[in-house]
Amino acid sequence: MSRAAAVTGVVLALAVPALVHSDFWVGFCITVLLSTLMASAWNVLGGFGGQFSFGHAAFFGTGAYTAAVLHVALGVNAWLAFAAAGIAAGAVGVVIGYLSFRYGLRGSYFALVTLAFAEVLRIAVGSVDFAGGGVGLYLPLQVGIANMQFASKAGYYYVALALGAGAIAVAWRLERSRLGAWLVAIRENEDAARALGVDTLRCKLQAITISGAMTGLGGAFYANYYLYLDPGLAFGPGVSVEVLLAPIVGGIGTIWGPFIGAAALQLAGEMARRILGDAPGLSLVFYGALLVLTVKFLPDGLIGLGRRMLQPRAAHA
Amino acid sequence: MLEVRGLSKRFGGLLAVSNVSLAVKEGEIVALIGPNGAGKTTLFAMISGFLAPDAGSVAFAGQNVTGWSPHEVCRLGLARTFQIVQPFGRLTVRENIAVGAHLHSAERKEALAKATDIGMRLGMGPLLDRPAAALTVAARKRLEVARALATNPKLLLLDEVMAGLNPTELGELIPTLRTIRDGGVTILMIEHVMQAVVSLAERAYVLNQGSIIAEGAPAAIAKMSSVVEAYLGHGAAERLGRVAAGAA
Repeated sequence: MSRAAAVTGVVLALAVPALVHSDFWVGFCITVLLSTLMASAWNVLGGFGGQFSFGHAAFFGTGAYTAAVLHVALGVNAWLAFAAAGIAAGAVGVVIGYLSFRYGLRGSYFALVTLAFAEVLRIAVGSVDFAGGGVGLYLPLQVGIANMQFASKAGYYYVALALGAGAIAVAWRLERSRLGAWLVAIRENEDAARALGVDTLRCKLQAITISGAMTGLGGAFYANYYLYLDPGLAFGPGVSVEVLLAPIVGGIGTIWGPFIGAAALQLAGEMARRILGDAPGLSLVFYGALLVLTVKFLPDGLIGLGRRMLQPRAAHA
Repeated sequence: MLEVRGLSKRFGGLLAVSNVSLAVKEGEIVALIGPNGAGKTTLFAMISGFLAPDAGSVAFAGQNVTGWSPHEVCRLGLARTFQIVQPFGRLTVRENIAVGAHLHSAERKEALAKATDIGMRLGMGPLLDRPAAALTVAARKRLEVARALATNPKLLLLDEVMAGLNPTELGELIPTLRTIRDGGVTILMIEHVMQAVVSLAERAYVLNQGSIIAEGAPAAIAKMSSVVEAYLGHGAAERLGRVAAGAA
C-alpha cells in the first residue's frame, strides 16, 4: 500500500467522530474496531499459528471481569484495571496453552479443550459473589477520563481506534518477525518445523499469551463501554464464535483480514437485523450460514477473493 | 561426531531397530542402506529426537542427546530431512528455507538473505519465489536439503533425497552434496540409489530387519553375500554365483 493511501486512511480514521454525526454509526465503528482487536487476537494464534481456538471467550471474559471487579469492588484506577485485564487474560492463555500444547493437543482436540475452559470459567464466575454471580455485574456510571468513561461516543471511539490499530500493528510486526515465521511454519507442518529447530511448545505458548492478552483488553473495553457483564455475555460460546468468524471471513493469517472480516460481518449483521428483525437466535443462524459459505467457497476469505480478482491466472502459471 | 550405541526400538511385537551401533566421524559421508522396512527411518527418527529409543544411547558433538527433543538436537547442529518431503506448502521456497535460517538469525531480513544465498547455492535460484506446493519432486527434495542446511548443521541426516530422481537430476544433486560436505558438513544418508552411495560415501552400514549386518566401503559391501541376501532373499547370493559361473 502506498504512503498516500496510508496517510489518507489514518486521517479518515481520526476524523470519523467529526464527520459522522450519528451516534449509531459511531457506535457501529466502535463495534467494528473492538471486533478487529479480538479477531486479530484470534488470528495470532489461529491464523498464523494454525491453532484453532473455540474458546476465546475465556480470555474475553477474564479481561472483562478483571477490569470490572478491580475497578468496582477494589476501587483500582480504571486504566490500571484495564492493563491488569490484559495481563490476567494473558496468564489464562499461558495456563490453557501449557495444559493443551504440553500434551500435544492439535486440531479439533485443542478447539474442544479451549471451549471446555471457557465453559468452566463461565460456570465458576457465575457462582462467586464478588463477581455478581449469575445476576451479573453493573459498573456504576462515573463519566470521566480517569474512569475510562466518556460523555460522548467519540471518546470510546478513540480508545477503540487505538486498540484496533494496535492489533493491526501487532499482526504487522508478527509477519516480519521470527516468531511469526515460526508460527506459520508450525501451522503448515509441525514436524518439519521441529526438525528445523523450532521450539513448537514455546512458540505456541507465546502466541496464545499474546492472543489472550489482546482479547482480554477487548473484554475490558467491553466492560467499560457497556457497563454491564454477566457470565453468559462474557464467557458464553457466542463470544468465541464471533471472535473466530471475522478472521475466517476476512482472511486467515493475514494482517488486514480481521479488520475486513469484522467490518463485513458487522455490516451484514446490521442489514440482517433491519431486514429480518430482532428475532432471538436469528443472528446465530445467520452467522452459521455465513461461516459454512465462507469455508466452502472462500477458503482464503475476502482477502483471498480480492487477490484472485486482482491477479487473474498469472498466479497459477 | 555421532556415536550411536545399542539403540533399540520396539513397536508392539515388532522389534524395528535392534541393538544398533554406528559411528560417524567429522567430515565423512556415510551411507545407511538396507531393504525397505529394515528400520532405517526409525533409526533416523531416534537419532534426531523424533522417537525416544527403548534402549541405547545417542551421543552427538560430545553430548549425550538421548531423549532430547528434535529442536534441541537441531540447535546442537544436527539437521534431518524427511523421506516423505514435508514442505511448508503455502510458503515460497525462500520463506521455507528462511524458517531454518531463523534458528541462528533473529532478524527477518537476515534470515531471508541467508535463505536466498542457500537457495542459489543449491541451484534453486529461479524457484525462490514459487510456492513450495508447486515444486516438482526433485525440487522438493532439494528444498528439504536447503532448509536443513539453513540451520547451520554440523551433521546432516539425509533420508532418501535421491529417491525418485531421474538420471539428470541425480547428476546434479550428487556434486551438490559433495560441495556441502567440502563446506564442512558431515553427512549420514539413507539411500537406495547405489550410484549415489558408491560415488559419495566413504563407508556404508547395511541395516536388515533392525540390525546392522555389514559395514565397509560401499563397493565391497555390494558384493557381500549377506548383503545380497538381505535384498534378494535367502540363497540368492549362491544362485547368483552359479549363474555368473555358468555364464563365464
